[in-house]
Amino acid sequence: MSLARDDPRAGDHEHGSELSDTQLRVRALESVLVEKGYVDPAALDVLIETYETKVGPHNGACVVAKAWSDADFRRWLFTDSGEAIASLGFTGRQGENIVALENTPDVHNMVVCTLCSCYPWPVLGLPPVWYKSAPYRSRAVADPRGVLRDFGFELPTDTRIRVWDSTAEVRYLVVPMQPAGTDGWTEDELARLVTRDSMIGTGLPRRPEDVTR
Amino acid sequence: MNGAQDMGGMHGFGAVLAEPDEPVFHAEWERRVLALTLAMGATGEWNLDASRFARESRPPSEYLPKSYYEIWLAGLERLLAERGLVAPDEIAAGRSLQPAKPVRRTLAAGDVAGAVSRGSPTNRDAPQPARFDVGDRVRAKNLHPVTHTRLPRYVRGHVGTIARVHGCHIFPDTHAHGHGENPQWLYTVSFDGRELWGAEADPTVAVSVDAFEPYLDAAP
Repeated sequence: MSLARDDPRAGDHEHGSELSDTQLRVRALESVLVEKGYVDPAALDVLIETYETKVGPHNGACVVAKAWSDADFRRWLFTDSGEAIASLGFTGRQGENIVALENTPDVHNMVVCTLCSCYPWPVLGLPPVWYKSAPYRSRAVADPRGVLRDFGFELPTDTRIRVWDSTAEVRYLVVPMQPAGTDGWTEDELARLVTRDSMIGTGLPRRPEDVTR
Repeated sequence: MNGAQDMGGMHGFGAVLAEPDEPVFHAEWERRVLALTLAMGATGEWNLDASRFARESRPPSEYLPKSYYEIWLAGLERLLAERGLVAPDEIAAGRSLQPAKPVRRTLAAGDVAGAVSRGSPTNRDAPQPARFDVGDRVRAKNLHPVTHTRLPRYVRGHVGTIARVHGCHIFPDTHAHGHGENPQWLYTVSFDGRELWGAEADPTVAVSVDAFEPYLDAAP
């Protein structure tokens, strides 16, 4: 696995010995850091648990579902995204300044970080490998329609594409359009339609017939 | 710096390959690298901008073959060595070979939740009024610092429009190198795709970057 060749399905097998070298090196580094008292091993476990199980795209899905079902929240979300998202309990690291972006029939928003891997952690968790990879970072700003095609989705030719390169400490959350035929669904039901990629702008929400209410 | 990290507009990397049902981590060492990076960041011995520079400031031939967590690991090792906290021979030995240097803080397990939900806001009081307002036309400066910057190459020299004003924030270009927070106004600047990529480019595309005031000149 590398930035330039980002196929995670190939990486682990091809570079098995390299990975175990890295595993050993990381273990050695951790031993030294613990021995010197710089890190508390229990804190490491809590950090991992936080980002592996607690913080993830299910948080963002709650924000989007509420924006779909509650007109007052939607207005708040697009006037003061940070406060509206914080009201649902999603705050903090790599999301200190979140801006929600509204997809409409005329404008499709898509988020990238060409310089590194900036991503709205409190609402989406840690970024997937492809988001940090060279193919996405190089092409999202120059050929966004081509990138969307890589994700199997063709945007109407008259829809404008707005690409947001997260080059500072502002983080962006795309609010996709609500799928037709879902009026009257509860927030919990709507949240099941919301995919991670639809909140980055590289995918669409699930179709109503593909989820169980 | 004009390094391999500044990828916008480069050719030749191929298609984006998304992994279906991708796990959060692909190996145990990735979990540990994430946690070690965050826990060492919490010591206050360096800031986020310094850690970005430690990751990106390496030859492209070294940067590109690494996975993202390998880059984080290399960046962490460099920061530890530069600050005299852990020497490379100690990592090779897997044990401490010289006395620990005192660090400002150690993150305790009980403080993780608070630290994560507080984050590290970069907003600061404005030392002077904003020079630009929404709708103003600006030209990104043609800058090529060998030090840390967050102005990507693909917008340099191009004219865009101020789309949002985000208040004053810590300036990464100085903060990364120990030259202070030096707060600067931050703007979202939107560029027409054809301004960036030429007359043949897709006319339906607009691209924005978040740019600090020192990156921008007023444009007629």
